[in-house]
Amino acid sequence: MPEVTLGEIADLIRAKNAGPFWITLDVFLDAEHYEAVDRTEVLTPDTVGRLYNVDPDTVRIFRVPTVSAIKISFPRPASQGSLHDHDMHGGQQEVPLAGLAIPRPEGRDP
Amino acid sequence: MSEQHTASARHTHRSRVRILVPTGMLGGGFPPETITRGIELGADAIAVDAGSTDSGPFYLGTGQAKTAAAQVEHDLRVLLCAAVKASIPLLVGSCGTSGTDSGVDWIAGMARRIAAEEHLAFTLARIYSEQSADDLVAALTDDRIRPLAPARPLTEATLKSCSHIVGLMGHEPISAALRSGADVVLAGRATDTALVAAIALDRGLPAGPTWHGAKTVECGGLCTTNPIAGGVLLEIDDTGFTVTPLDTSAACTPRTIAAHMLYENANPFELREPPGTLDTSDATYRALDSRVVRVEGSVFESAETYTIKLEGSALVGYETITVAGIRDPAVLSNIEAWTEFLTTLIADRVSTALGVAGDTYDFDVSRYGYDAVLGALEPEHSSHEIGILFRVRAGDQATATAIAKVANPLLLHLPLPGAQSMPSFAFPFSPAEIERGPAYEFVLNHTVAPATPTSMFRTEITTIDHA
Repeated sequence: MPEVTLGEIADLIRAKNAGPFWITLDVFLDAEHYEAVDRTEVLTPDTVGRLYNVDPDTVRIFRVPTVSAIKISFPRPASQGSLHDHDMHGGQQEVPLAGLAIPRPEGRDP
Repeated sequence: MSEQHTASARHTHRSRVRILVPTGMLGGGFPPETITRGIELGADAIAVDAGSTDSGPFYLGTGQAKTAAAQVEHDLRVLLCAAVKASIPLLVGSCGTSGTDSGVDWIAGMARRIAAEEHLAFTLARIYSEQSADDLVAALTDDRIRPLAPARPLTEATLKSCSHIVGLMGHEPISAALRSGADVVLAGRATDTALVAAIALDRGLPAGPTWHGAKTVECGGLCTTNPIAGGVLLEIDDTGFTVTPLDTSAACTPRTIAAHMLYENANPFELREPPGTLDTSDATYRALDSRVVRVEGSVFESAETYTIKLEGSALVGYETITVAGIRDPAVLSNIEAWTEFLTTLIADRVSTALGVAGDTYDFDVSRYGYDAVLGALEPEHSSHEIGILFRVRAGDQATATAIAKVANPLLLHLPLPGAQSMPSFAFPFSPAEIERGPAYEFVLNHTVAPATPTSMFRTEITTIDHA
């Protein structure tokens, strides 16, 4: 099945701390791609758990149709500023999500 | 009284408040003309955040500020002069980055100096938010403390391990200070929204638009199309709120405004504040023109229990670091094997040469240019150069540095397993070790139910007169 990555179709994917104990990721899409991603049902807690090596039961996913965005939040795997944390602000964690393969919406160019 | 009469009376007596938020962080700077413009647009108050946990646990751990004093004082001078001249209040929240008592005093010292230099007179309120571990242990015994996911139930030991603990004040202590006649309020740790909420709720404006408006503007211009151009003017009224950028080239759009509820928030629709929860799921965002946005439909639900969120930072050890550059292609093409070899040998030598027990220290080897930032999540693995950052944490500084010194010959000369010759990697400076000093971690993610909304906070009011 033809595929694109989420990063190729999103306007913006950003990652940031939501307080010291959570990471939150926002995927901003245009309206059509937002609907298409929603239909593919690819973005699930299990997918996120696999991508980020976190327990799927702790993953929260929200659809925000007002801004055609999807928000994904989960507890920080490493405590902020701890010895094994390499991203104090959580700002570079969007890469795995951006690389997620999405089945290409039919009849559309990427 | 008929419904129609009531509605028109309400319309005639429609109340509103305008709040100028110049920047998302005091010290972050702003074009001075944006302040002039905000005052011209009828600002009733200036509110600015001065802290955050985003830069890590060191600031709460030590009570030191992240921001440069000169930058903070520069911003404060502009705002204080503008506020006093316009006879409107100035509110600063989470003083000194973590909102510790020393942070409040730090900004208060600047305010006094500025008052003397600029010949200003104003009533100053300082609101302190630090908490004693003993008081919180009593609250714990009383069963008034709850964990927030993913934290576990709190223990007395954790409370006592903190070097500083703060409670995030809501709007009530700030409102009380304003009602006592304060012109300038310097608050310790407060929720991002508390300053704006204090001004609006005091005037009887509705909670939904107040808390949602407050959240939208707390980062200043971040809710506009040009975040570095300056801050915003928030107007809250009986039925909603409006946001206007202060820089004439920037714009607020429905998307930039709506998107700010997502910023640094685990949940895009709900925000818990001390008195309850803001729910924006039915909010509507409308462009009034190409630059100004109107929001209606935000609601606020009072909670059964009023709660104050706690932040606490504990000393967890002392750290030393070393940096080494690897350009050797043979080592680079086997960096995983090299790192494993390094890690094993360091552990062995620390044990035999220093006699330091394995569970009393820990170290991290991160490989910049390879997978330092994303670790096991990194999809790309090619590199022509890798910077090794070796970081060790131990119970005291001397031990941390001793471990770094034991690691030094390995970081400098370790060949691949079985290699014939001994390399020398690229160290940038001498000595190779940098002592980072004390290391801290955030250890509280809990709420406490206080006796009253103001009982956990202490307010001092002083008159400053250099006019």
